[in-house]
Amino acid sequence: MATYLEFIQQNEERDGVRFSWNVWPSSRLEATRMVVPLACLLTPLKERPDLPPVQYEPVLCSRPTCKAVLNPLCQVDYRAKLWACNFCFQRNQFPPAYGGISEVNQPAELMPQFSTIEYMIQRGAQSPLIFLYVVDTCLEEDDLQALKESLQMSLSLLPPDALVGLITFGRMVQVHELSCEGISKSYVFRGTKDLTAKQIQDMLGLTKPAMPMQQARPVQPQEHPFASTRFLQPVHKIDMNLTDLLGELQRDPWPVTQGKRPLRSTGVALSIAVGLLEGTFPNTGARIMLFTGGPPTQGPGMVVGDELKIPIRSWHDIEKDNARFMKKATKHYEMLANRTAANGHCIDIYACALDQTGLLEMKCCANLTGGYMVMGDSFNTSLFKQTFQRIFTKDFNGDFRMAFGATLDVKTSRELKIAGAIGPCVSLNVKGPCVSENHNAPIPQGGRGAIQFVTHYQHSSTQRRIRVTTIARNWADVQSQLRHIEAAFDQEAAAVLMARLGVFRAESEEGPDVLRWLDRQLIRLCQKFGQYNKEDPTSFRLSDSFSLYPQFMFHLRRSPFLQVFNNSPDESSYYRHHFARQDLTQSLIMIQPILYSYSFHGPPEPVLLDSSSILADRILLMDTFFQIVIYLGETIAQWRKAGYQDMPEYENFKHLLQAPLDDAQEILQARFPMPRYINTEHGGSQARFLLSKVNPSQTHNNLYAWGQETGAPILTDDVSLQVFMDHLKKLAVSSAC
Amino acid sequence: MSQQGYVATPPYSQPQPGIGLSPPHYGHYGDPSHTASPTGMMKPAGPLGVTATGGMLPPGPPPPGPPPPGPHQFGQNGAHAAGHPQQRFPGPPPVNNVASSYAPYQPSAQSSYLSPMSTSSVTQLGSQLSAMQINSYANSGPQMAGAQLSYPGGFPGGPAQLAGPPQPQKKLDPDSIPSPIQVIENDRASRGGQVYATNTRGQIPPLVTTDCIIQDQGNASPRFIRCTTYCFPCTSDMAKQAQIPLAAVIKPFATIPSNESPLYLVNHGESGPVRCNRCKAYMCPFMQFIEGGRRYQCGFCNCVNDVPPFYFQHLDHIGRRLDHYEKPELSLGSYEYVATLDYCRKNKPPNPPAFIFMIDVSYSNIKNGLVKLICEELKTMLEKLPKEEQEEMSAIRVGFITYNKVLHFFNVKSNLAQPQMMVVTDVGEVFVPLLDGFLVNYQESQSVIHNLLDQIPDMFADSNENETVFAPVIQAGMEALKAADCPGKLFIFHSSLPTAEAPGKLKNRDDKKLVNTDKEKILFQPQTNVYDSLAKDCVAHGCSVTLFLFPSQYVDVASLGLVPQLTGGTLYKYNNFQMHLDRQQFLNDLRNDIEKKIGFDAIMRVRTSTGFRATDFFGGILMNNTTDVEMAAIDCDKAVTVEFKHDDKLSEDTGALIQCAVLYTTISGQRRLRIHNLGLNCSSQLADLYKSCETDALINFFAKSAFKAVLHQPLKVIREILVNQTAHMLACYRKNCASPSAASQLILPDSMKVLPVYMNCLLKNCVLLSRPEISTDERAYQRQLVMTMGVADSQLFFYPQLLPIHTLDVKSTMLPAAVRCSESRLSEEGIFLLANGLHMFLWLGVSSPPELIQGIFNVPSFAHINTDMTLLPEVGNPYSQQLRMIMGIIQQKRPYSMKLTIVKQREQPEMVFRQFLVEDKGLYGGSSYVDFLCCVHKEICQLLN
Repeated sequence: MATYLEFIQQNEERDGVRFSWNVWPSSRLEATRMVVPLACLLTPLKERPDLPPVQYEPVLCSRPTCKAVLNPLCQVDYRAKLWACNFCFQRNQFPPAYGGISEVNQPAELMPQFSTIEYMIQRGAQSPLIFLYVVDTCLEEDDLQALKESLQMSLSLLPPDALVGLITFGRMVQVHELSCEGISKSYVFRGTKDLTAKQIQDMLGLTKPAMPMQQARPVQPQEHPFASTRFLQPVHKIDMNLTDLLGELQRDPWPVTQGKRPLRSTGVALSIAVGLLEGTFPNTGARIMLFTGGPPTQGPGMVVGDELKIPIRSWHDIEKDNARFMKKATKHYEMLANRTAANGHCIDIYACALDQTGLLEMKCCANLTGGYMVMGDSFNTSLFKQTFQRIFTKDFNGDFRMAFGATLDVKTSRELKIAGAIGPCVSLNVKGPCVSENHNAPIPQGGRGAIQFVTHYQHSSTQRRIRVTTIARNWADVQSQLRHIEAAFDQEAAAVLMARLGVFRAESEEGPDVLRWLDRQLIRLCQKFGQYNKEDPTSFRLSDSFSLYPQFMFHLRRSPFLQVFNNSPDESSYYRHHFARQDLTQSLIMIQPILYSYSFHGPPEPVLLDSSSILADRILLMDTFFQIVIYLGETIAQWRKAGYQDMPEYENFKHLLQAPLDDAQEILQARFPMPRYINTEHGGSQARFLLSKVNPSQTHNNLYAWGQETGAPILTDDVSLQVFMDHLKKLAVSSAC
Repeated sequence: MSQQGYVATPPYSQPQPGIGLSPPHYGHYGDPSHTASPTGMMKPAGPLGVTATGGMLPPGPPPPGPPPPGPHQFGQNGAHAAGHPQQRFPGPPPVNNVASSYAPYQPSAQSSYLSPMSTSSVTQLGSQLSAMQINSYANSGPQMAGAQLSYPGGFPGGPAQLAGPPQPQKKLDPDSIPSPIQVIENDRASRGGQVYATNTRGQIPPLVTTDCIIQDQGNASPRFIRCTTYCFPCTSDMAKQAQIPLAAVIKPFATIPSNESPLYLVNHGESGPVRCNRCKAYMCPFMQFIEGGRRYQCGFCNCVNDVPPFYFQHLDHIGRRLDHYEKPELSLGSYEYVATLDYCRKNKPPNPPAFIFMIDVSYSNIKNGLVKLICEELKTMLEKLPKEEQEEMSAIRVGFITYNKVLHFFNVKSNLAQPQMMVVTDVGEVFVPLLDGFLVNYQESQSVIHNLLDQIPDMFADSNENETVFAPVIQAGMEALKAADCPGKLFIFHSSLPTAEAPGKLKNRDDKKLVNTDKEKILFQPQTNVYDSLAKDCVAHGCSVTLFLFPSQYVDVASLGLVPQLTGGTLYKYNNFQMHLDRQQFLNDLRNDIEKKIGFDAIMRVRTSTGFRATDFFGGILMNNTTDVEMAAIDCDKAVTVEFKHDDKLSEDTGALIQCAVLYTTISGQRRLRIHNLGLNCSSQLADLYKSCETDALINFFAKSAFKAVLHQPLKVIREILVNQTAHMLACYRKNCASPSAASQLILPDSMKVLPVYMNCLLKNCVLLSRPEISTDERAYQRQLVMTMGVADSQLFFYPQLLPIHTLDVKSTMLPAAVRCSESRLSEEGIFLLANGLHMFLWLGVSSPPELIQGIFNVPSFAHINTDMTLLPEVGNPYSQQLRMIMGIIQQKRPYSMKLTIVKQREQPEMVFRQFLVEDKGLYGGSSYVDFLCCVHKEICQLLN
């Protein structure tokens, strides 16, 4: 058998799943003693170029409460044409189409290599994708111009039959009618008045014509019966029209007096966007894309008043309970997000401003609906432009990398129950036998526990699809088989999962408590799985499968996901948003950034994220996911300043300078959202991005490194990894805990 | 003709006992409690006590008790009285048989006014005394002697003018009763074409019907202010005795003919106008400079003020400033000041006003082609936006809204390739979706605007929306002006009852059952108070609303018209608009309204010298307190009638001074003050008062006060009060000023000779006629029109001009002399043109001269004339040219375009025409002139007894 590492990797590639434990403790009590909960990191729609969808529908377990999908783990009686559900043990008849089934003639879903399989549903009308642009017009002229160009460009990237709509907002909210010839027409709403979905539809004239329309044209059933076609039109029909319309978009015409913020009705604009789609296209794939250049300043969902002299809330205000609009605004956006999610739509937020834009309050819109959140300084930056463009990149099939209206069902063996989910989703609050507060505790069977993930979704090609992933892991008795369990620990997955739990707690509880909780969990884990002699810190050892875990925790404690110091509430929300939705590799980079070192001494190499790695003759490339930092060591910077790179005899120096730039470009090309690209050098102000991330092994407090030329001291009071580990060992071995 | 006045003998005089001079009651429409006071004066003891019992007993339900005595109880009063139990009005002469025509004026029954007890006693006592009393009054009234004494030379003709003894059986000769035409013609002959200089206090101007050149020499031109009397009684007792309303009809922006000098503009720079420190009156010819010019005494409050240093000037030997003739404010009755920032809203100079055109694009307006017509015409009309003379371009900005049950705003910013439409569906709480690009300079955005106007008819061509909103439309316009921080005017083109769900939604409540009941007033009141508060908001933001209505059925003018009325706007109504017939009338009105001279965001204040003050205001105005008259806009056709009351004695020396100041914003956005000053005489002699009256202004006042009262009081009561007051005014004259004459004689003061005929016209107006046949909307419409009319307009409106066209002298440019509005003046061989300011009729007698028919219509005979036209064909014939020129002249000075109706004698439409023959008995009731005169005469006789 391959190593666990290979097993884990293989599983991730095939099923997009990583479990914290790959061998499962057999009782609830034991599971809680494992410290790190049994959980998995799932990428439901992991790209599988090698997995063509099958063209038929899944076979379901006939027990109404189960409805699990036939999978390779099911026992099949080929002669009787029966199969037993491996979740509820119901015996089911195969449908007539499976008449020819036999050991040698198996359908794909029974083959072990199809533990993940995708079905394509032919039923139901296919409705085109919908993209509803919600555009802030309270922007500076050049910002608005850049945004307009980006939007115009995006029209060419949309599938031709996709429906687009345009809502603009400033002091008022305008829903633009796209069907009319000649005069451009829009419906205007007051930015201060919250409206129900019904009112919005009434005011847009979407409710009335249902009756007479049917009488008038019974011959054209194909045509969409709603008048909403006025607001949402196929791209191919109106792209010229819309391009002109976008081109003529003016800045918000209402004057903004000195000392005031422009009045921005983001809350109502979103509410109208949600209401429009809710009434007209429920349960069809739709994206509401909000482009905003500042905080909402009026109406429901306002985050700050229009007086410039009163700044937008900071963490300090929030701690002091001084953020007077926050709760109400958050509630407004949460309500919208929940409605949107219930309709299977999603909301993207593209916020570009130098100051905060209220992402803290609006985050749920993206978080709960699986939308994107992009934060930048201006729409007139490549960061925004390329990020936005990347949303429309296509996969190997030429389809968008987006899916809509997904629901994820999780079926579990009887022994397991689901405790909850963290990620870009909302709970449907379905009560079923599999859902519970906690890990279940029946008698372990010595067999295998299984989990099935069933994801219904609308593919970007508008087909409905179902992806089924069925996974099984062995049970193990903790008493007798602890070694097994220990070896099956996936410390990377565990670190990410714990981090997510931590962030989840941080969002709902007080910050410092989360750190204490994390520390406690870490100490307990070390106590449980470390090898040591009591009260002897030097004897402490961790096995390979746990060795990196404390270091992840160290960096996690310092990360912006848990630390709010130096970050605005918006930034924190932004970082946490991305942390909650990226896959394991990316998440790990976020927790512990990667540092590469370039030198004349050899090829680029990864180095420790430590201040000792900052050397004068090195170029460093740090990837924190959100930032790509290139840092020139002191000597290198001096050389560059002297212009050696331009001298033909020092061409190798030129190459050295170029190498990290090329690598950075590669990362920049691939990542979404596009990271902030920072090119700095020793002593540069932007070097702080690097210095704040590395382990402060040398600080002004421990000057032993001075004169040793082994790195740069960091001016910080934070503890270094060494100190952290020392303390950890001490606490782990102490019997006092 | 003597100054004493016209004296006519009624056909029949049966004096009625028991009625003395009743206590004053005019102006008490709103407060019936006042009319109750005379009850206390009823003394059934003795003959003299009888005279004290007035007819002014409280209107209202009869007091409980036994039913009124039957007619037989009045039998003692004589045969006539027996047939006609009503005491307050004389019984009609049997030969005339006018009993029914009196009906509207008669109190329903005596029982309503007199308790049964007093009725019988009064009647009985009166009947015993009747004959004797009449004689004594007629021959030896003590007041009469006084009146004659004070005017020794005043009545040269004296009683000799009186007509002969009563001839009860003979029909009254219409030619022997005062003729309005004669009065007009006399005045025209004596004063027409002359220069009228306003240099004398209290001088009576020529009639409104007389053309003359007016020269401002210290008092405001009668074009601006006309008074009911130019000599105020010195005491309030006198005023009460005479019951002549003291009122001024002020038309502050009246058009000045080109041959008169326009108003001078005074600019004192930053120091602003010079004003009295105490009463804040503006510097004017009534200020008396003293102490070598260092101080001046205010003519209004007598306060002595320092002359500001910058304004100092030495006095000449007669105590006049040396610069008297250089400064308009010292030597002229009317002038303008440039206002300083203190006079501006928020102390900021105002922005130039804006016009917003709001077009109803519901199905009916699209179908009848109106939307297309408006859009088409606006393109040319917008070229003619009013502008200051010296300026090249109008400063007025324009905006466009269309609406049905939702509102469509248009962005017509000049840099747009296409206009943009913004739909506001939140009519419950309407708002302005855009600021920049909504109100634009027409010249700059011309191409976009034309583009828009071209597209609007097509845009809604397929619309089958029937429902409309109305209040949100006004609200939207007002909000737009508010947002743009400028005053302005909304032009609304509306066609139907606003039934869509929105504020100001109306239901059809045209209930004919209410007519002629105490609840009739409800029909004139707005249905909801939404419009009232909306109007207040509009005025507060300088937003005037002009409404063009195109109703095909009941649209509730009383509700829809309220905002136009209160915001100084104009209401135009085109019933059953038909493109080919009404197009021209509408376009003329629209063009005229756009080009009109107008001031915005105005506040008017009328100051008076001590002893009296302005107490009541009528017109297209809104008042938030008792002194400031607020008008969102006031144009050259709008007049405000102001009533004055004494609060102290007036002195004959100082007279009664009036200063009307209007603070307003010009069409170019300049804040100005327009000041009109007028000095009136005062006298302690009633005869002076009567001598200085002006009937046209009186009727204007009576009409407005009655039409205002319509909202609060039963029409019956209002009609009674009008009749009573007429009788009272005349009786007071008879009693106090006229020389002795037979009681049977009707004596009218010269200045009020035509008061009865005009008053009868007012009483016959459809507003005051409670008849279900007349459309409620039409009554509400006319009521509203009259409220803002000036004297000239009200004169023509109540007594139309009837011109014999067949007597036309094609060589002369003079208008033919008018004839009296009576069928008896028409002739089968004649062609007559009738105009009242709203309608114009060309009446063709069956035997009209064929050459005239040919000349005017270019058809061979009467039978060939097609009456389905509103414009005369342009025939190159002197008759045609002359007639069209006459029509042009009549139309020229009128605020409303008159629609021409061709009426052939003895054809159905003649019925409509006959309603305008106001001296005759009305089609829907209303007595003839002759009958009314009799009625008034009886009333007077009763009062005198």
